[in-house]
Amino acid sequence: MVTRTAPSHLTAQERARRAARGGASRSVPAPLLAPALIAVAFLLLPLAGLLIRAPWGHMAAALSGTDATQALILSLWTASISTAVSLLIGVPLAWVLARTTFPGQRLLRALVTLPLVLPPVVGGVALLLAFSRVGFVGRYLDDWFGLTIPFTPLAVIMAETFVAMPFLVITVEGALRSADQGYEEAAATLGAKRMTVFRRVTVPLIAPSLGAGAVLCWARALGEFGATITFAGSFPGQTETMPIAVYYALETDPNAAIALSLVLLLVSVVVLVSLRDQWLRGGSVS
Amino acid sequence: MTGGGSGGLVVDAEVRRGDFTLAVGLAAASGRVVGVLGPNGSGKSTLLSAVAGLTPVSAGRITLAGEVMDDAGAGTFVEASERPVGFVFQNYRLFPHLTVAENVAFSPRARGRGRRAARAAADYWLDRLALSSLADRKPDQLSGGQAQRVALARALAGQPALLLLDEPLSALDAGARLDVQGELKRHLAEFTGPCLLVTHDPIEALVLADQLIVLEGGRIVQEGSPAQVARQPATDYVAKLVGLNLYPGRADGSRITLTAGGSFVIPDQGQHGEVLAAVRPSAIVVSSQRPDSGSARNTWPAKVTGLTLLADRVRLEADGQPPALVDVTPAAVAELSLSPGSQVWLSVKATELEVYTRTDGQRNQG
Repeated sequence: MVTRTAPSHLTAQERARRAARGGASRSVPAPLLAPALIAVAFLLLPLAGLLIRAPWGHMAAALSGTDATQALILSLWTASISTAVSLLIGVPLAWVLARTTFPGQRLLRALVTLPLVLPPVVGGVALLLAFSRVGFVGRYLDDWFGLTIPFTPLAVIMAETFVAMPFLVITVEGALRSADQGYEEAAATLGAKRMTVFRRVTVPLIAPSLGAGAVLCWARALGEFGATITFAGSFPGQTETMPIAVYYALETDPNAAIALSLVLLLVSVVVLVSLRDQWLRGGSVS
Repeated sequence: MTGGGSGGLVVDAEVRRGDFTLAVGLAAASGRVVGVLGPNGSGKSTLLSAVAGLTPVSAGRITLAGEVMDDAGAGTFVEASERPVGFVFQNYRLFPHLTVAENVAFSPRARGRGRRAARAAADYWLDRLALSSLADRKPDQLSGGQAQRVALARALAGQPALLLLDEPLSALDAGARLDVQGELKRHLAEFTGPCLLVTHDPIEALVLADQLIVLEGGRIVQEGSPAQVARQPATDYVAKLVGLNLYPGRADGSRITLTAGGSFVIPDQGQHGEVLAAVRPSAIVVSSQRPDSGSARNTWPAKVTGLTLLADRVRLEADGQPPALVDVTPAAVAELSLSPGSQVWLSVKATELEVYTRTDGQRNQG
């Protein structure tokens, strides 16, 4: 049987490209190309809409007409504090999960990372049940210290930390697992006790992942909506964060909502750019 | 065991890791460099790891200067960070985020000295190892030889009573290795405590060590001075390392019956029983015709199975009774037109054979 070949046209440009990079045809088959283009359109069109509809000429006016500044400031400082809290308690948790073994460890890891997949509003309800004035923890806080948490800035921070900390924990735990433990052994032979090893060797070595985890955690906290509105409500200046302000502004003043959204979009782009080395390239510890 | 001495290290222990068991008894006296030679997987690194306190022993004990470091029976264990041990790791493991000076100051600092005192200690060692000009570099800006020196300085700055070196030169290219080796020998000579040096490079062991231990499969198969080990290898592994043909056999006065087939005439020194005979490849002569066999000369036919060009000679692999590695000149290869398959005659003078008694530990390896 004679096999017939089907010649196709190859431009000089394509010839040069293939010669330089090697490899066969780079053309994308239509059944893959079409869905891929639809996906791109789906992800980018809404963002384009935001940019097109933005009240570019009177942005300042659109923002000043609302509690935007208040909401932005509240969002920035609560997200920052919840990131700080996450670093303070989440990094030790990541270390315990990565470097020790104890019964029930797998279950514990699953439970502490549950907020990653839990609908945030469920987290809010859970926080409310635990920390409200009649909650099983909140009751004693109220009785003993006169401390009422729900619907305060503290509640905002707790809701954000609850939802965002697992991002930091899994990022840092992964970094700790893939870090070369030879350095820690070397530090031990040089006379460093475990805490010194952690402080002077482990943490500096995973610093890039620590930074990435913190940025990720901060971005997640900044965007938190469901748990916050459930547990902390939406009192302007007290608990009304940017995402909540956007939601309410959309009903009363769409231009303000768009302007606020643009501010959040800008923050997200800055976060993405700062993460591009560590996270988007699947970065690992050197 | 001898040599435990006042500041010496004594190991008499077993370390089990899965299916592998390391069982060694060794002593290293102060000021002595004990070379631990062995193939990959022989347990060399496990030994260092146990001595450093990174792996607890499963049985037996380790003492340093009379103090118990690890005793499985009594349950005593001194943590790695509490042992007066300096460890130079195979790939140095210099902290990449710290400068050379900070790396060297790490141990004094971790052992409780103030920042300034630690830096002063670091400066002293940097100066001694001619590293002062590199003090502010990061480890990734160092050459292999420099990194090796920094690793040594870092280990010594903790004022250890015992020095452990894991393949200290293996990360270096051949050119740097000779220089660093000479330097290392000088620094080791200045170190007053015992030193354990693990290597799989026989030259490194022969040059740097005062005393050699050969580990195979988790057991010591030979120990002695480097010269003795090089002249009278106990196992095939050592014989290959030092480039000798090694034949186990039974001696009966002036003759050995070889386990691998054939027999050798040897100078009669009244040896009887299990022996090893070692022959240098260059001591064996190749000819195309059967040579005159005097009474003091062994001759046997063999077939050439392989030729390898070494620096200035050609190494033949010859299959016969017994098989042998033979070194000849390239000219001889041409003259005798040797190629794989060639039939040749091998001969070696009886006086070129180094014959010595096999010990029990060695017989297990046979």
